[in-house]
Amino acid sequence: MMSHRNRTLTGWGVVNVLVVLYALFPVWWIVALSFKDPSTLSDGNFVPRKWTWENYHGIFQTSEFTRALINSIGIAVIATTIAVVLGTMAAYAVARLRFPGKRLLIGMSLLIAMFPPISLVSPLFNIERVLGIFDTWVGLIIPYMTFSLPLAIYTLSAFFREIPWDLEKAAKVDGATPWQAFRLVIAPLAAPGVFTTGILVFIFCWNDFLFAISLTSTTAARTVPAAIAFFTGSSQFQQPTGSIAAAAVVITVPIVIFVLLFQRRIVAGLTAGAVKG
Amino acid sequence: MTTSASTPAASGAPTAAGRQGRAGLSEGARQERRLGLLLCAPAVIVMVAVTAYPIAYAIYLSLQRYDLRFPGQARWVGFSNYWAVLTSPFWWQALWVTVLITVVSVAVELVLGMALALVMHRAIFGRGTVRTAVLIPYGIVTVVAAYSWQYAWTPGTGYLAALLPAGSAPLTDQWQAIGLIILAEVWKTTPFMALLLLAGLALVPGETVRAAMVDGATFWQRLRLVILPLMKPAILVALLFRTLDAFRIFDNIYVLTGGSNDTGSVSILGYDNLFTALNLGIGSAISVLIFLCVAAIAFVFIKIFGAAAPGGEPERR
Repeated sequence: MMSHRNRTLTGWGVVNVLVVLYALFPVWWIVALSFKDPSTLSDGNFVPRKWTWENYHGIFQTSEFTRALINSIGIAVIATTIAVVLGTMAAYAVARLRFPGKRLLIGMSLLIAMFPPISLVSPLFNIERVLGIFDTWVGLIIPYMTFSLPLAIYTLSAFFREIPWDLEKAAKVDGATPWQAFRLVIAPLAAPGVFTTGILVFIFCWNDFLFAISLTSTTAARTVPAAIAFFTGSSQFQQPTGSIAAAAVVITVPIVIFVLLFQRRIVAGLTAGAVKG
Repeated sequence: MTTSASTPAASGAPTAAGRQGRAGLSEGARQERRLGLLLCAPAVIVMVAVTAYPIAYAIYLSLQRYDLRFPGQARWVGFSNYWAVLTSPFWWQALWVTVLITVVSVAVELVLGMALALVMHRAIFGRGTVRTAVLIPYGIVTVVAAYSWQYAWTPGTGYLAALLPAGSAPLTDQWQAIGLIILAEVWKTTPFMALLLLAGLALVPGETVRAAMVDGATFWQRLRLVILPLMKPAILVALLFRTLDAFRIFDNIYVLTGGSNDTGSVSILGYDNLFTALNLGIGSAISVLIFLCVAAIAFVFIKIFGAAAPGGEPERR
């Protein structure tokens, strides 16, 4: 009996270790590359023989990367804020109010969630050049917030259904209008769901590559994923491997910390929209 | 596509309105209705303005000969761009690669994701660790992961390439490269699949599974005859989302092979025609064709397999 139990425990231990290795394998490799000395960069060793911060120093010395980092943060924060505000309004209406066209809204969000971004690249490229917002923050914020709106609406409306709505009724009995009930009673209760949605939307914007390389042409608005693809070595004989690895680690670390800190919420948020329907 | 999705909504709205009757609306109901429309309006306006208008514009562009190097010479050419694309071997090659990557990666993800979901559901200990670990690929920027894989498989630099026989460069061979693209795609998106399936698994009543256990069903029997049928809605939603997502694959291919050696997807083909060949007319035609493919996939899933549109639950009355 005891040995059977031990075997089961060992079995689960092995499975757990395998899953963790699976998740960390490529992550470790890019981290290892980023700490390798240029002379050992291409030795293919799994662990750096000689650790160095040189690659990190290198990328922070050029405006190419720092500018891209500022663009990435600024664009993702603004797009996330707008998407979450608009999404919160729409999701509240979907979860709580009775009005015509609700299913139309849900159908439309679903349609946009499935929309292939490449189909929008050619028209947006032309439209943005005409409007003069090509290669600007606005030019990227617009597609980002649009494509994250369905995610925001689904996740938020799933969260909003869990809120104890009796409190809202109580507020209404006390004479609050629906708007006051929304602002004073429900909004504070909804804050955790809104925050989680914010993280998911931020990750979505942070991750984008296609719009970032298509709708920018200079460092004015190029985000880090796109900037990495344009990195060049410090001389024409040098591959930018070390710089790319270091830049990749810099944009990965904050997200990994976020994911570790808020993993419960993120799991709830990711699955809420898709399954509870 | 627009009509197929809006038809139920359009037919649903009048009945709701008819039941209540316009005159019978109380002041409160009218206020609620106004607030509802008001709160949705900004989101709707943004979504329509940024998707519906550009896709209409893409259709218009696709009917023109429009070379960005000679913008003054744009002129109406009808369907000849579509003819050019559909008779080109490049389109069919890219479509074949895209379909292959989509089918294989989604199939692998379903199996792996299901295994991961079962691990997270049944693990005796370390459930939190597994769930955290699984979220890491989800959080990582696709391009970052793609570079990691690319360097790992590059001869000379990579530890994985070092395991291969000398002289092999997997990313320069069509079939091996496609395999590696699928590997990168599976690594990145299996966690999402696993989490969706885990949520579906949580909805399977434990008593039903225990009852099957009492009746002597083995693990495989329980999985095949009890759990999977009960999870069908969750599986279909997960498959729908991942299939459409995989069909749009771009980042991984761009970084891993750049689409060389016939490894490009339809998205890569569209991008190249726009930004390398600077042909807005052909590029737009490809954009529209990809949109139609995606619409067809969604239609098959929703109408034929009966995947429930998430969030589309019946309204509360």
